[in-house]
Amino acid sequence: MTSIGLAQIAIVLIAVVVAAIPLGGYIARVLAGERTLLSPAFSPVERAFYKFSGVDPAREQSWLTYTMAMLAFSVIGFISLYALQRLQAYLPLNPQGFGGVPADLAFNTSISFVTNTNWQNYGGETTMSHLTQMLGLTVHNFVSAATGLAMAFALVRGFSRAESPTVGNFWVDLTRATLYVLLPMSVVVALVLIALGVPQTLQGSIEATTLEGAKQAIAIGPMASQEAIKELGTNGGGFFNANSAHPFESPNAFSNMLEIWALLVVPLALAFAFGRAVLDHRQGRAIAITMMIVLVAGALVAYWAEANGNPLLTAIGVDPSPGNMEGKEVRFGVATSALFATATTGTSCGAVNSMHDSFMPLGGLVPLFNMLMGSIAPGGVGAGLYGFLVLAIIAVFVAGLMVGRTPEYLGKKIEAREMKLAMLAVLIYPLTVLGFTAISVMLETGLASLNNAGPHGLSEILYAFASTTDNNGSAFAGLTGNTLWYNTTLGVAMLLGRFAYVIPVLAIAGSFAAKKKTAASVGTFPTHGPLFIGLLIGVIIILYLLQYFPALALGPIVEHFALFAGKTF
Amino acid sequence: MSHKVAAPGLFDAGIIKRAAVDAFKKLDPRRLARNPVIFVTEIVSAVVTVFFVRDLVAQNGVAYFSGQIAAWLWFTVLFANFAEAVAEGRGKAQADALRKTRTDTHAKRLIDRQNRSGMTDVYEGVSALDLRLGDVVLVEAGDLIPGDGEVIEGVASINESAITGESAPVIREAGGDRSAVTGGTTVLSDWVKVKITAAPGSTFIDRMIALVEGAQRQKTPNEIALSILLSGLTIIFLIVCVTLWPLAIYSGTTLSITVLIALLVCLIPTTIGGLLSAIGIAGMDRLIRFNVIATSGRAVEAAGDVDTLLLDKTGTVTFGNRMADEFIPVQGVSERAFVDAALLASLADETPEGRSIVALAKSVLGSSTPTLGPEAQIVPFSAHTRISGVDLPGQTLRKGAVDAVTAQVKSVPVDFERAVERISRAGGTPLAVSENGRLLGVIHLKDIIKPDIKSRFAALRAMGIKTVMVTGDNPITAAAIAGEAGVDDFIAQAKPEDKLAYIRREQQGGRLIAMCGDGTNDAPALAQADVGVAMQTGTQAAREAGNMVDLDSDPTKLIEIVAIGKQLLMTRGSLTTFSIANDVAKYFAIIPALFVVAYPELEAINVMKLASPQSAILSAVIFNALIIIALIPLALKGVPYRPVGAAALLRRNLLIYGLGGLIAPFVGIKIIDLAVSAIHLA
Repeated sequence: MTSIGLAQIAIVLIAVVVAAIPLGGYIARVLAGERTLLSPAFSPVERAFYKFSGVDPAREQSWLTYTMAMLAFSVIGFISLYALQRLQAYLPLNPQGFGGVPADLAFNTSISFVTNTNWQNYGGETTMSHLTQMLGLTVHNFVSAATGLAMAFALVRGFSRAESPTVGNFWVDLTRATLYVLLPMSVVVALVLIALGVPQTLQGSIEATTLEGAKQAIAIGPMASQEAIKELGTNGGGFFNANSAHPFESPNAFSNMLEIWALLVVPLALAFAFGRAVLDHRQGRAIAITMMIVLVAGALVAYWAEANGNPLLTAIGVDPSPGNMEGKEVRFGVATSALFATATTGTSCGAVNSMHDSFMPLGGLVPLFNMLMGSIAPGGVGAGLYGFLVLAIIAVFVAGLMVGRTPEYLGKKIEAREMKLAMLAVLIYPLTVLGFTAISVMLETGLASLNNAGPHGLSEILYAFASTTDNNGSAFAGLTGNTLWYNTTLGVAMLLGRFAYVIPVLAIAGSFAAKKKTAASVGTFPTHGPLFIGLLIGVIIILYLLQYFPALALGPIVEHFALFAGKTF
Repeated sequence: MSHKVAAPGLFDAGIIKRAAVDAFKKLDPRRLARNPVIFVTEIVSAVVTVFFVRDLVAQNGVAYFSGQIAAWLWFTVLFANFAEAVAEGRGKAQADALRKTRTDTHAKRLIDRQNRSGMTDVYEGVSALDLRLGDVVLVEAGDLIPGDGEVIEGVASINESAITGESAPVIREAGGDRSAVTGGTTVLSDWVKVKITAAPGSTFIDRMIALVEGAQRQKTPNEIALSILLSGLTIIFLIVCVTLWPLAIYSGTTLSITVLIALLVCLIPTTIGGLLSAIGIAGMDRLIRFNVIATSGRAVEAAGDVDTLLLDKTGTVTFGNRMADEFIPVQGVSERAFVDAALLASLADETPEGRSIVALAKSVLGSSTPTLGPEAQIVPFSAHTRISGVDLPGQTLRKGAVDAVTAQVKSVPVDFERAVERISRAGGTPLAVSENGRLLGVIHLKDIIKPDIKSRFAALRAMGIKTVMVTGDNPITAAAIAGEAGVDDFIAQAKPEDKLAYIRREQQGGRLIAMCGDGTNDAPALAQADVGVAMQTGTQAAREAGNMVDLDSDPTKLIEIVAIGKQLLMTRGSLTTFSIANDVAKYFAIIPALFVVAYPELEAINVMKLASPQSAILSAVIFNALIIIALIPLALKGVPYRPVGAAALLRRNLLIYGLGGLIAPFVGIKIIDLAVSAIHLA
């Protein structure tokens, strides 16, 4: 680890925090329906939307209606995206003349984009027509993130309201999150990326002559705009298969740092937005600090593991000073690659600027564990906040009892119903991740996709299911995902990770919103100080360590010890 | 305070013996199904037993190991059952004592209810069990009262020691706030006619027996929520263990079902799962030993959550009786005339205050004291007018709260107001006396604040509980006493409906209220409060309205009740934290043991350096079982509660039960492993 590397990590994270605080206030105002700086420009558009679609913005929904609206929107999104891919050969804007996408891949991809996962079992530049990319994938990059934001705010309203039968209006939340938050931010980030050299054109590809004199078609396109929402919406689906490692997606160190900033800033801002919405900034701050501690700890572990280099390569005379450079871009180096990997899995982004498969075992353990924790540091757009709040509810329940009161979080009593729903939500992860991993390692077809045997192979499968269940979408690589088995099971994992998780969460929102708010006193468990932060970190680590320790022991942990004993897989 | 209800020690030999037998009876899976964690443990114990038998028959060399695992898994279930049985056993001992009072009571049921005293009552002898609601029975000296009811006629002294443990007799009479009688108590002198208000089987004693026995024990709301968390964790660990089998095969190890089950039982929260119901029963039991009966466990939990305590000034903040200290006549009235009037107005007043006025007046007047003739019309005190007095020919004397009396007079002299103010500021109670609508003067009654009450209120404040003093005094008096006693707020000149309104307002603000009361007019407020403690000496209506009954009729006990409620919740939370934190060490023991053959590198995480894979697994299972036994005393006694803020409590408990829970099993498993390998168990 070098001081320059640490400084790079520090600069990016400080920039994230500095921007997230005001952005959080802004998002809270947007989702509360208040007037903002951008209202003069956007409110006519917003009103036109409501008028056109027949939505009464003043009419609020119960949690169930809200959930049904969200599900209906997602189902329609899924069907239209599936149809678009299957029929793209007959539709316009297909200059390369791609055929229809096969059924299982189209199924997987549709779920992937509707759930904000952006798991890609295909190479975008060789599979999807321009129409599919623009009308299908890019639209979902916006609205799937906005859906996440909306659902998070439904839960936030559960805390901020008292004795209320409603949790907001899904259509209004969706519209405002897209229009006032994601869209303007994407424009700004895209412009900066263009200035940094990211191509933005409607041209399909350019012809180049290589040094050997061969002709080569180099794919270009509207990359800067897709890049911006890819990070800001924690989507992660790149224009290229190589994602942000590709020089067109991220040409230099500065664009690299900007992308890390962009993928962290909205999720972290939501923690501050939460504080503003519940009228207690300290609550949001405590959550933000907890998220950042988990993120920084992960980044430092990954950086440390990568910076020490591979002992086997050192033994045969490779200079260890740049660290483990296998699968990393020279223009980024080890420090920001480790930070990118931690950030992209700490959020549910899933963009990559280096090959996680080539990380050292402990370096690879960090992104894997980040996703097994459900990406809560600071999490996907919306998904991070609501995932984090579910954990906070469980932590407060156990710890709250220890102060001699029936547990309450922000004045809301946590009773049997909320506990049942929270447990239903957290059960989804081990069930899906461990369940599918266990089945996959027992099946011929599951094992046939592996590039590596032994613990590393197990890590690859575990990573794939963690990534999809978590709606992250980053790939460990090394696993051939485009098979009937993986297309289907990974698709189901994405569905469960998103909807089976969030439906109980929205029910909690409804349940809390209907509850009275109990008054705080010195006898109330304080949820804003260092003690609470420490408690949250402890609960998060122990809870997830207990769930995944056996699997991790057979994957990255044993690989680590084996590697240092001179054994590879 | 008396604690004469049989209170056996924590580990009374008789209880232990009975509990050991009960632990086996409780193996019945239909009963265990109530407790998901232990139920799962029982099922997998049975499975391992089957494997043990198979190993024994097959003689494959692992029977010695699987037999020990099976035995310790059964011990885990039995220890959990034992914990519950011990907790219940203490209640059962008390129930037996109570039950004796219920058997074979004969009742004298009146046949002609219209019959008035003065004539011979006609009654028939029936069994107490045949009494119906509304029946009227005659109870005479030496009789047991056959059922709960209300005195409708007569007055008697009654020994209620069967319920309260207090042998001093109490007076019960028709009308007023002392009319309720309890079945099973004995009339010592005189007679009463009692209208039965509870059907046989649902009397106070019946309910008490059911409560202490835990027969009707229903899970409380928080207990249900915690059970859900524990069930959720159990399911998660089931998933972890079931999926580990294929992952192990992939990794080149075929795990036996026995070791997977050992891992499962070590991971699922058996410690808290096994102790959860014992904690709940012990919490109720602590309350009962404090001579407080809660009608539901829900009320005990709510007590832990109380934000505001509504305390009657008299008897709680101050000693019951205020004493007359000084007579202050207004200008133009002689002291002699004023004292005479005060004395006449108080002669019929049997309250301690009234008697203290009479006593002080007599000492002022010397021998020549006036008396009331037969023509005197007594005006009794009512809580509503807050005035009492006497009507003599040509002389209407009134005595009472200053604002109530001044409301009836034509003018209020300045020096009267000054005197009232002076008394009030000194924390005293001014009592105005008027004659024919003219103010004569003011009597200074002194309140004596209980010596230790201020520090108790400070402790409550540290717990985050607001204390509110309820008094009939005027605001100035109330403020002075409130300041001296250190309460946070007060309701002055309180009428019964003020209490109710205050409770409603606090509840609207999201606070939980506890109060105690005894009168019928307290009943609505008792019912509205989240924790309503009725005094045993109170009326039937009050006792029905509250959700707790204090057998000692000591209003300061609210404070202990709150502490007991908090202790119950804290014990649950602390043991849950401990139980979950324990799992980390068990992983470090078992995971390397399971996979060290396929991956010798994993020996690196065998940080405890346990002797062999088999002894590692066995030691973890033994630790898991023994920790339940080790924690039974804590579960029954409860985690000590200190009146400090929530943050300090949390820090302390996290350190002891969180960090302690992480570290303890590393030490414990290592010690057991040393023992296990020393005596060659594995």
